[in-house]
Amino acid sequence: MQNQVAPSNAIIAFLTRRRGGQRLHTTDIITYLYLLFGTLIMFGPVVWLIMSSFKPLEGLYEFPPTFLPYKQETVQVEGYDKPLDLFDVQMPDGSVRRLAQISQVGIGARMIDPQAPNEKPIDVKIDQRTPVRAIHFELKNYTEAVTRFPFLTYLRNSVIVTVVATLITLLINSMAAFGLSKYQFRGRDAIFLLIISTLMVPISVILIPAFLVIAKVGWANNLWGLIIPGAATPTGVFLLRQYMLTIPDDLIQSARIDGASEWRIYWQIILPLAAPAIAVLAIFSVMWRWNDFLWPLIVVSKTELFTLQVGLNAFQGELQQQWNYILAMTVLTLLPITIVFAFLEKYITTGIATTGMR
Amino acid sequence: MGYVKTLAASKRPRLSAGLLLRPFTWLLGLADYIFLPLQSLIGVRRMAYFFVLPNLLIFGIFILLPMLLNFYYGFTAGNSILLENRPFVGTENLQRLFSCVNYLNPKTCREDLFWRAAGNTTVFVIGQVVFMVLFSLITALALNREIRGRGFFRAMFFYPVLLSPVVVALIWKWILQYQYGLLNAFLVALGLEKIPFLLNANWAQFWVITISIWAQMGFFTLILLAGLQAIPKEMYEAASMDGANKWQSFRNVTLPLLMPTMTVVLILALIRAVQVFDQVYVLTNGGPGTATLYMVQYIYRTGFEFRNYGLAAAASLVLAIILLVLTIGQLVFSREPKAA
Repeated sequence: MQNQVAPSNAIIAFLTRRRGGQRLHTTDIITYLYLLFGTLIMFGPVVWLIMSSFKPLEGLYEFPPTFLPYKQETVQVEGYDKPLDLFDVQMPDGSVRRLAQISQVGIGARMIDPQAPNEKPIDVKIDQRTPVRAIHFELKNYTEAVTRFPFLTYLRNSVIVTVVATLITLLINSMAAFGLSKYQFRGRDAIFLLIISTLMVPISVILIPAFLVIAKVGWANNLWGLIIPGAATPTGVFLLRQYMLTIPDDLIQSARIDGASEWRIYWQIILPLAAPAIAVLAIFSVMWRWNDFLWPLIVVSKTELFTLQVGLNAFQGELQQQWNYILAMTVLTLLPITIVFAFLEKYITTGIATTGMR
Repeated sequence: MGYVKTLAASKRPRLSAGLLLRPFTWLLGLADYIFLPLQSLIGVRRMAYFFVLPNLLIFGIFILLPMLLNFYYGFTAGNSILLENRPFVGTENLQRLFSCVNYLNPKTCREDLFWRAAGNTTVFVIGQVVFMVLFSLITALALNREIRGRGFFRAMFFYPVLLSPVVVALIWKWILQYQYGLLNAFLVALGLEKIPFLLNANWAQFWVITISIWAQMGFFTLILLAGLQAIPKEMYEAASMDGANKWQSFRNVTLPLLMPTMTVVLILALIRAVQVFDQVYVLTNGGPGTATLYMVQYIYRTGFEFRNYGLAAAASLVLAIILLVLTIGQLVFSREPKAA
């Protein structure tokens, strides 16, 4: 008899087991409820965005909204050029017929039976019919968003800025960090202090003069104006220098004795050893550049030089009534960073937790 | 530095950085043929300057120089952005910002928009920082428990941090939409009236704060979680041996030992909150009216829309001083030795 009870007990024991071998406690249940609710709040809006982006325009402007994207079914009827919308119509005798709508005037609609296109059209009231709908993912939102608007140009600009800026950032920041951590020279500590003292100076505080400098250099309306100014990040220099300090100087000394040049020491000894810190900086740089908004907004005013973020903002100003395109573009913009996160989640979260930067 | 140890100890990334960088290391190798003659020309010691120079040049031109120029801009007038066309007017811009009949009533100020922005920013900073740190702490405590799926939940709470401000604003604009929005659908389903969230001053301020918490709390949660995990287990064991219950050990072990991390989090959150701009710019553009106009947007508007660069630079100086005070606060608090 006991054997029959055992399996259900085992299931409960399995469901409520914990790492420590103890059973679930009330506080655990509260914790789970909080975390599940939090997950819904944090990720739900993104899911809603993605589902909405697959709805046809008429599905977006429908209240109350549905979770899944639906589209009205249509049928091609002989004698009519365009496909006709399908409806289930409540007939006066109580039966329900599936009819196609030819036209709608006021509260009346003229319907026809798609099976018998030659019969006389039937007039019904519009509140007697319900649309026949099926789940349908409107991919047109995406294809048209990409082809009808300069979306690909913006994407290209964003990719160029992100990739080039990240490579330059990594190169010059690691060089500076090497110089500041492995050499003794006059003014070294002063330079380092100067750099980290600007850690907290945001671009918003120096907007006007920074723009003047860009204009003077001739980089207003130029992608270089987006790439170069942010490349000398104090955060990057600080992070890499602190990491390089842990690399033993003996390595460098013995390389010098073996006749290696300083540049060779930098790229063949220091760079590979500092790879973990460089990877963290690379991830951050990609994130910063891809999501950057205020600086590109100021530097670039020609549409063909817009980055995705600036372009997306311009779209939402122009296409007030075409949310289907805005939503599709928003999904396309968040996709790359989401993919990066999906692959490097652990690395990004430990990187942030340990360096405290973003 | 604690993180250096952690970085060194952490596993190598699945995508090996070395492999990705191989083409570039090859190029860097070629550069040796240029830099070797340079080294024999200037000597080994001076190569240090060569390594620091590119970074320092960009830093000097695009960060340091603008910082200095900003002071000059703040004391000049005119519509030209070129310095040579701007007459020096002393503290006129600063006086304009601060000339008020009654400092508690923005309407009596000459530059009432600035004071409105300052007032809005104060409300935003207090609301955002207090509730964000509170929720981050609760979430960090929940994630610090030994539960299954911890990594998944941590990732979910962190995900919005990666989204760009424009994307965040558009996601929520769609949810808060008056006629067809999801939130109004819930309200109607509950038998309530629809609310024009972004057209009502109080609701707009509320949502701007809420969305900003939504977008940033994952970051602060991670930092607090790292702080919690750095508390040695022995401390809790010692507390329970002394007969402390859960609340007592939280009150007397967790909180005091988390205090240094909390201070850093608070000040970082303050510094960020003072600079609120991009999300709000896309979501409400400061509206309705000036209900969500904050300091940085005031600077942006004054400088790049009204072309009053002098006044905008003067306002930047005020903002810079606020940030400076907060930064010094952070340095002082984070250097404080741990209380026994």
